[in-house]
Parts: sequence; structure tokens; C-alpha cells
Amino acid sequence: MKALLNILAILSIVLALSCGGKAEKKKPFSYEKQSTTETSTTVKSEKLPASKTVDLKNKGIGPISSITLDAEINQEMATHGADVFKKMCTACHRPDKKFIGPAPKGILERRTPEWVMNMILNPDEMTQNDPLARELLIEFNGSPMANQNLSEEDARAVLEYFRTLK
Amino acid sequence: MKNILKSAVAILSILVAFTSCNNSSKSGGKSGALAGNVAEKVYVAPGEHDEFYAFISGGFSGQLSVYGLPSGRLFKVIPVFSQDAEKAYGYNEETKPMLNTSHGFVPWDDSHHPDISQTNGVIDGRWVFINGNNTPRIAKIDLSTFETTEIIEVPNSAGNHSSSFVTENTEYVVAGTRFSIPIPQKDMPIKDYKGNFKGALSFISVDPEHGHMDIKFQLIMPGFDYDLAHPGRGASHGWFFFSTYNSEEASTLLEVNASQNDKDFIAAVNWKKIEEYVNNGGGTMMPANYAHNVYDESTHTAKSTMKKEVLVVNPADVPGAVYLLPTPKSPHGCDVDPSGEYIVGNGKLSANLTVHSFTKMLNAIADKKIAGDAYGIPILNFEDVLAGVVEQPGLGPLHTEFDGKGNAYTTFFISSEVVKWKLGTWEVVDRQPCYYSVGHLMIPGGNSQKPFGKYVVAMNKITKDRYLPTGPEVTQSAQLYDISGEKMELLLDFPTVGEPHYAAGCPADLIKPRSKKIFKLEDNNHPYAAKSEADTKVVRDGNVVHIYMTTIRSHFAPDNIEGIKVGDKVYFHITNLEQDYDVPHGVSIIGANTSELLIMPGQTETFVWEPKQVGVWPFYCTDFCSALHQEMQGYVRVSPANSNTPLKWSLGEDIE
Repeated sequence: MKALLNILAILSIVLALSCGGKAEKKKPFSYEKQSTTETSTTVKSEKLPASKTVDLKNKGIGPISSITLDAEINQEMATHGADVFKKMCTACHRPDKKFIGPAPKGILERRTPEWVMNMILNPDEMTQNDPLARELLIEFNGSPMANQNLSEEDARAVLEYFRTLK
Repeated sequence: MKNILKSAVAILSILVAFTSCNNSSKSGGKSGALAGNVAEKVYVAPGEHDEFYAFISGGFSGQLSVYGLPSGRLFKVIPVFSQDAEKAYGYNEETKPMLNTSHGFVPWDDSHHPDISQTNGVIDGRWVFINGNNTPRIAKIDLSTFETTEIIEVPNSAGNHSSSFVTENTEYVVAGTRFSIPIPQKDMPIKDYKGNFKGALSFISVDPEHGHMDIKFQLIMPGFDYDLAHPGRGASHGWFFFSTYNSEEASTLLEVNASQNDKDFIAAVNWKKIEEYVNNGGGTMMPANYAHNVYDESTHTAKSTMKKEVLVVNPADVPGAVYLLPTPKSPHGCDVDPSGEYIVGNGKLSANLTVHSFTKMLNAIADKKIAGDAYGIPILNFEDVLAGVVEQPGLGPLHTEFDGKGNAYTTFFISSEVVKWKLGTWEVVDRQPCYYSVGHLMIPGGNSQKPFGKYVVAMNKITKDRYLPTGPEVTQSAQLYDISGEKMELLLDFPTVGEPHYAAGCPADLIKPRSKKIFKLEDNNHPYAAKSEADTKVVRDGNVVHIYMTTIRSHFAPDNIEGIKVGDKVYFHITNLEQDYDVPHGVSIIGANTSELLIMPGQTETFVWEPKQVGVWPFYCTDFCSALHQEMQGYVRVSPANSNTPLKWSLGEDIE
């Protein structure tokens, strides 16, 4: 199988060379390309990927042990949170679609607020010792959740911003 | 005599003991290490921290190395006077101005004497100053970032050697010239040296808050060679002492001609008196041309300014400010004990060590006992200022440091040893060999009122057989001795970077808590910073292109760029968006005629690329940053000079 692949690879290089660099549209090469939806179904069992798993009990590991959310979203706080998110998080996260990391949209339907804040404030320990965070790390190709050294206040504001993403 | 006999017998019997019970041993040091279970004393377990920082100059490497004591582990080489491709120092656009001088860009120097800043006579761990010898400069390294943040060129100076020593409250960092020269410089016959060449001693003020340096005044002294210096402290605070040689004022074959006089001088300078004179309008402003280079942590960028004048003071105009203390014979080190009373002149060609008394000097001055003068500067009588003599302690004394417990430690270059002796009684207490040819030695806090007399580091010029050979060029070394007991004990040899010329040390706790972990993105005021991926862009201005790029684990934004053309001058301005400790990213692109960048979290750095060939050229992260480090890469498409390829940049357009 491997040898066959090699031969294929060499063949395609030869073909490419014979084309003389003209930017012809080539048939894209594909080998067991994964899509996120497939991963969940094809890789073992019926288990959901961590990004879709709902766990509203786990508070994660870190400085936040308990917070209560007011029924009303604090708009001022959310606006500040959106600003912090834009500055510190958008290199890896888009609000509503998967980028380097998962999208925060709807996160509070799947996670406790404590877990979210601990993931922001203590990502190293979370991705090592929290089962869900660990699975997320693997699901997202080992791309680490960067610790951007947010203050608790800023992390709380980001959480409030996440509540507005519906 | 009895003592000598006793110690000789003791040494002999120790030697006999070691050679007889350990046949395989070749050196006494090795046996000593085994016998005393010395390994435990220098063992710092994995993950644990050393007790002391040691800042060891790199000599001809131009840099400053940071070691831990007692382990001798190397933590960092701080680039100071020489370009460093690893850290992009002197290669990136931000730090190139640091190496600007009146002679243009000078990418190398000879770094010699680090000294840590002080408050109330005690080291405070804020900055290290160090001198560049060759193209006279003084640098300041900020110990919160361990980066060189300021360099000032010293005009009217040449061979900036009696430098860079700080006064008790870091009022001044002092830089004295080794070579005397025409002041101002002019075209004249060398043989007319005598009486025409002058030596400048520069007093560089240090702003107490920011540490910014400024030449307050230069004292224009006779044309001797000013070799080393140390400040007075305690009672002698306000004075500075400089050793001189070549009081013969020879300009050729100095190894003979500068060794004629039986005594040269230690120049005692009352800088407080001169400061007062200058503050009252004294001195002459003379035209000059020297660079002052300041690195701004908020813009992550250095700026070089040429200064055009300097204030000079003729010592004859300030009576009572300068005296010459006769000192045998071509004194090298000029070392002041922690109390400030004793000034040790290490006469390198003298059989004895000479120690002057500050009190006796003041008395001689008060009693007007003047033996003569040199170009109007009064010379005191040798006997009037002499505190004592250490008789025949060794051959070729160079430098002395103090343990704060009444003992002094002097290095002897020719007999290759450290000798411990007692202040006041001048008796030799102990001696230990160095391997080989020791120059300076360092006790942490040694140039202060409060040395931490636990270890001394001897810095050796020659190692020969001490390490595995590495061809004709072998390492120089440092040797660590335990000095907590009556006898010194050799604990460790460790190799050094360049020539370990001199060092400064201090307890780690003084520096560790203040050491910065990241640069805050919000404080980044670099004019080309992109503080989030939303700010990234590519801007063309004629054939100059500015790329505002960011890094975070594990991608560049943008990572695909098109519309660059052959002949463009492309500036990559990279901002590291990480805000976590120890997550730098590096970058370079194929064919860049400069070094990589190594960008700390929150920092912006810039390199220039001038593509010469059409094609699609990759760039990548050069510092292993994450599990996806190998994926951290991008492409720049370079089109022919006359092409119309539109300027485009992107990141992950077809993700999902």
C-alpha cells in the first residue's frame, strides 16, 4: 500500500513537471480527508466529539469554583467582553464557526460557566487534567488553548459576551 | 617565617595524603573534590534554583553571560555590544540603532567590567552596567528584562577600561580611558605624546528612576594609562580611585618603557567637589560627537541620537579635587574594601601588595604634605598614605575582592592562585591554585558595602588540559571556591562564553521576583504593531512593502501573501499575540540577508527582506512553539518587477 502510494506520488510529480508550471487546475489530491462530522461517527463508537458533548455539572479545574449568572445579560459587561475577545481570542476563535479552536456560540448550553472561565484562565492544567478539555485538545489537532493571561474580571466579561452569542 | 614553615608543612602533608591514597588522581583539586564530597555543594537538583546570579562578561565576545551559582549553569547570553543572530540583536530594525556610534554601525566590542546598580551602598539588582573597551561605550542592561536598554558612547576616550563602576547610590557610572589621546583628536606626530596626550575620566550620571545615562563631566587628566577604578564607600563615598600605569608617558614598546618608574599612581578624585564645581557653572563645554542609544520598552524600538558637546573639567581648575597616591609598580586592580577605608593597589610588577588608607590620605591632605606635582596635580608621599603591605603574597597581583568579614582575596596571574589575607594585619591566611592564569575574581556584592562572602569565582584566561580538547582554541573558564570557612575550597570548574573578564553577582532573590514574564500587548506602542489579527495588513508604498503580521500557536496571520515583486523592500513587522510565559515565536524567510527574529509574547520585531527571485517562497516559525510548530508556515508569492499581480493577503480562507 505504501509502495503504491509512493509510486503514485512520484507519478504525480512527473506529471506536474511535464505541465511546465502552467497553473492548470489539477484534481486535488485527497487521502482519507477527515471532516469533523465524520470524525464523530467513523472514529470508534457512537461517542460525541468533546465539542458537542453536553456536561452541565463539570466545573473544570482552576480559580473559579462558583459563579451565578443574573437572569439578565449585563450589556455593558458583554460589550467589554466582546472587546477583550476581539483583542485576545480572535487569533484562534471565531464567534460562530470553528476556526483553530471551537466556536463559543452556544457554549453555555454545553458547559458550566465555571468550566468556561477556568478554560480561559487555566488552560494548561485544564487540557492536562480535565477530561473534556483533554478531548478537545485532541479533537482540535493538539492545537493548545493559549493562556492569554486575562484577569478574572476580563474572563468574566468574555463569558457574559458568550451569553449574547445565540 | 614560622607561619610559612607551618603552612608549607601543612600543604606538603596534604599533598602526600592525597597522592598516597589515590593513585589514579592527577591533580590535587580532583582529590580535594572527592575527599570533601564537594559535588553536593554545587548540586542544584533538577527544577531547583541557584542561590546567586552571576553576570560574567564575555570579554572579546562583547556580551554578558548569566550563570547560576553554585551550579555554574548558563542561563542566557545577553547581547550587549555584538550582534547576536539568535536573538536578532543588532539585526532587526528595532535594535540596529543600539550599535550606532560616531564611527557608524559597530557590530562588536570587548566587554569587560559588569557592575550592578546600588542604593545606599548595597546592590539593588535593578541594572547591570558594562563597558565596551574598543569603541568606548557604556551599556545598561535592565534586570527586569535581561536586555540591553541603553548604550552611551564615551567621547575623548580610547580603550575604555577603568569602567564601568558605580557609586554608592548609582549617582554615576564611571568610565576612565586606558589609552591617552590628543583631546580633541587631531593629526599630530605620535612621538609628541608626552605632555600633549590626555586621559579623560568620564562621570556618567544615572537617572535614579529610569536609569538614563548622561555624561555629567569629563575630567581631563595627564597622559597616563588609566587602568581600573573603584568608588569610595562609607566614609570615602564621594571619592573615586583610579589606578594608573605608564606615568612614563611612553607611546611605544610599553612593556619596557612603561615599566621604568618605581611607582605609578592611584588617582584619588573627589567627584563630589567636581560635581559642585560643575553645578555652579564650572567646566568648559567642548564640541564632541557621540551616540546615545536608548531602547524604549513600550515601542520595543531603540533610537540613536548624536550628541554634540560634552563638559570637560581641568583638574587644575578645581583645587583639592584630585590627588595622586604613589603606588608600586604599574598597579592594575584598584579595589576598595567594604568599609571604604582601604584602597588596594595591585602592583602587577611589584613583589608586595600595597594598601592605602583613606583616613591617612585625608590627614596628609589636611597637613598639606605634598611631595610634588604632575601637571599641577599634587602628589602625596607614599609613606603618608600607606596603610600596610602584604609581603610577597604571590607573583603578579591583579585584583582583590572582599568577603565582608575582614578578609581580602587577591588573584595572582603569574603564580596562578587566589590568596586570602586579612585586612589590618596584612597576613596571608590561605592560598589556592587556579587552573590557569587567573585574571579577575568575583564575590557577589564584592563592589559594595555588603558582600555576600559565601563564594568567590575566579576567572581564568587559560584552561589547557582542564577540559576535553576542542582543537587549538579551547574554552576559558570560571572556578568556584567556597569561602565560608577559614580555608578556601575549590568546588567547581565551568567553561565560559568568550573571555570571562570580570563578573558581578548578587543573591537571586534580589532579581527573581522582578523578572518580567511577558510584555503586555495593550502596552505595545510599536508603530507597526498588529495587536490582533483584525489589524493585520499589507501596505505598499512605492517599492516598500510593510507587512503587519501576527503569531500565535500555531499560525501566522496572514500566511499567504501575493503581489510582492522583485526589487521590493519588504518589512515583516511581526507581533507575537501570545500573553503566556515562555511562548516566543521565531520567523525567517528563505533568502533573507539577515537573522531570524525571536519575538517574546506581546512584542513586535521587524526584519527586512529584499526578494531577488521570482517564485513562491516559504517562511516559517523558527522556535519550536507547540505540537503544531511544524505547521506554522506560510508563503509569499514574488512576481516579476513589472507585473501587475494584485496585493493580497489571507489566512485560512478555505477552512471547513
